[in-house]
Amino acid sequence: MSLRRSDRFLAALAVAAALGAAALADARARRSAARPAAEEQARLVARLGLTDPCLFNDARYTRHLSQADRFAPFQDHPRALEHFPSGSLTAGAR
Amino acid sequence: MTLRGALERQRSLLDFALGALGRRRGKTAALVAVHALLVFALASVLLFTGGLREQVRAALRGAPDVVVQRMAAGRHEQVPAGWVETLGTLRGVSGARGRLWGYYFEPVSGANLTVMVPDGGWASPGGAVAGPGVARVLGLKQGDRLPLRTYDGEALDLGVAAIASPAVELVASDLLLVSESDYRALFGAEPGRFTDVAVAVPNPDEVTRLAEKIVRMFPDARVVTRAEMIRTYDAVLDWRSGLAAAVLAGAVLAFAILAWDRASGLSAEERHELGILKALGWDTRDVLAAKAWEGAAVSVSAFAIGALAAYAHVFLGGAVLLRPILEGWAALYPDLRPAPPVQPLALATLLFLTVIPYVAATVVPCWRAATVDPDALMRGDA
Repeated sequence: MSLRRSDRFLAALAVAAALGAAALADARARRSAARPAAEEQARLVARLGLTDPCLFNDARYTRHLSQADRFAPFQDHPRALEHFPSGSLTAGAR
Repeated sequence: MTLRGALERQRSLLDFALGALGRRRGKTAALVAVHALLVFALASVLLFTGGLREQVRAALRGAPDVVVQRMAAGRHEQVPAGWVETLGTLRGVSGARGRLWGYYFEPVSGANLTVMVPDGGWASPGGAVAGPGVARVLGLKQGDRLPLRTYDGEALDLGVAAIASPAVELVASDLLLVSESDYRALFGAEPGRFTDVAVAVPNPDEVTRLAEKIVRMFPDARVVTRAEMIRTYDAVLDWRSGLAAAVLAGAVLAFAILAWDRASGLSAEERHELGILKALGWDTRDVLAAKAWEGAAVSVSAFAIGALAAYAHVFLGGAVLLRPILEGWAALYPDLRPAPPVQPLALATLLFLTVIPYVAATVVPCWRAATVDPDALMRGDA
C-alpha cells in the first residue's frame, strides 16, 4: 500500500523537526565548549584594559570603533567619504 | 464533527493541496528554492551576528568602566601623566591607569597591528607577545625575531617571547604586546605621556555622573564609557542594520515582489481549478483551507530547508559565505568561530515573517475569487 501524500509530507516535516532538535542539541554543546574560551577572553580584556573586539582591522578607524572619531575616514583618505568596505558596515562611536 | 473527523478532513485537504502543488512541480520547486534561499541568507546573518554579539558582550564585560581621551584641534592627543593622578583621586574612582597603545603598519604583510604595553611585566625589553592572528600572518613562532621600524627609521628587533592562545582570537588577534621602553622607542612617545586613561568606577550608577565631572574638569577630554562601547557593537552587529540591509535588500525586495504578484491575482489555471471545485460543491471555507495548506506546505518546507542549511553553513562550515563581507580588505583577520546564540525568539520572528505573509499572499486572492460565480471562473470571465 503506498503512503498518502500527506503522510509523506508529515514524515518529511518530522525528519526536519528531528534535524532541528539535533541542531539545538549541537548548539547547546557548542555553547558549553565555548565557555572556557569566553572566560579567558574576558580575563584578558580586564587585564589589558581592552576596549574593542578585533572585527574590522583593515583601517585604524575601523579597528577600535568605540574609540574612533566619526570623521576619522577623512583623516586617512582626503578624497573619499569611505575608503574601506568594512567602513560601510559600521557606524563608528555613538 | 468529532476531532478525529476534523483532523481527517484537514488531512484530506492537505492531500489535495500537495496534489495541486505536484501538478505544478517546476513552479513549486522554484518557489521553494527562492524562499529557502532567502531564509538561508537571513538566518545565516542572524545566527552569525547573534553569536558574535553574545561573544562580544561577554568579552567587553571586563573592559574599562571609563576611558578618557584627550582631544587637541579635533584629534587624539597624548594624555599627560598628571591626568592619571588627578583621575585616580576622584571620589567614586577606585583606580586610574594610563594606557599605552597605538597602531603599527607592517609593510610586508600589509597588516595593521595594535601595539600595546601590558601591565604586570608580560613583555620585557627586547621581547614581545604576539596575538594569534599576528603569528599566523607573519609566520611567527616562539623564539623567532620580529623586525620593526621605529618612527625615526631605525630598526627595532624584538624576540617573540610567546604567542597568545587561539582562544582569545576575538579580542587579541592583532595585538603585539611590548615593553614600555620598546613602545616609546617605536613610536617616539614622550616619557610621562599616555595614549589614554582607563578609569575604574566600581559603582555603575556613578559612571554617568563621573563622566560629566571629568569633562567639566578637563574640557578637552572625551569620555567613552563601557556602556557606549557595548552599544557601538550592538549597533554594528544588529542584523537589521548595515550588514543585513546591504547584503539582503535585493533578495528581500525580489521576494516581496513575488509575494505581491501572487497576492494580486491567480493564474488562469488556478481560476479554472477553483471554478471546478466550487461547481463540485466545495464550500468557500474548504477552498480557502486547501489554498492555505498549499501556502503553508511551500513556506514551511522552505523555512526548514533554509534554517537548517543556515545552521550548517555558520557553525559547521565556518560561515564561508559571510566571511569575505566581514573581512573587507584586512590582511590580518581573526579566525572567528562564534558559538550559537541563545535567541529562539529571533528564529521564531523569522519564521513568522517568512511563513505568515506567504500563506496570506496565497489565500487572499483565492478568497477574492471564491466569492465569484463558478461558471464565470471556469469560463475565465471573472
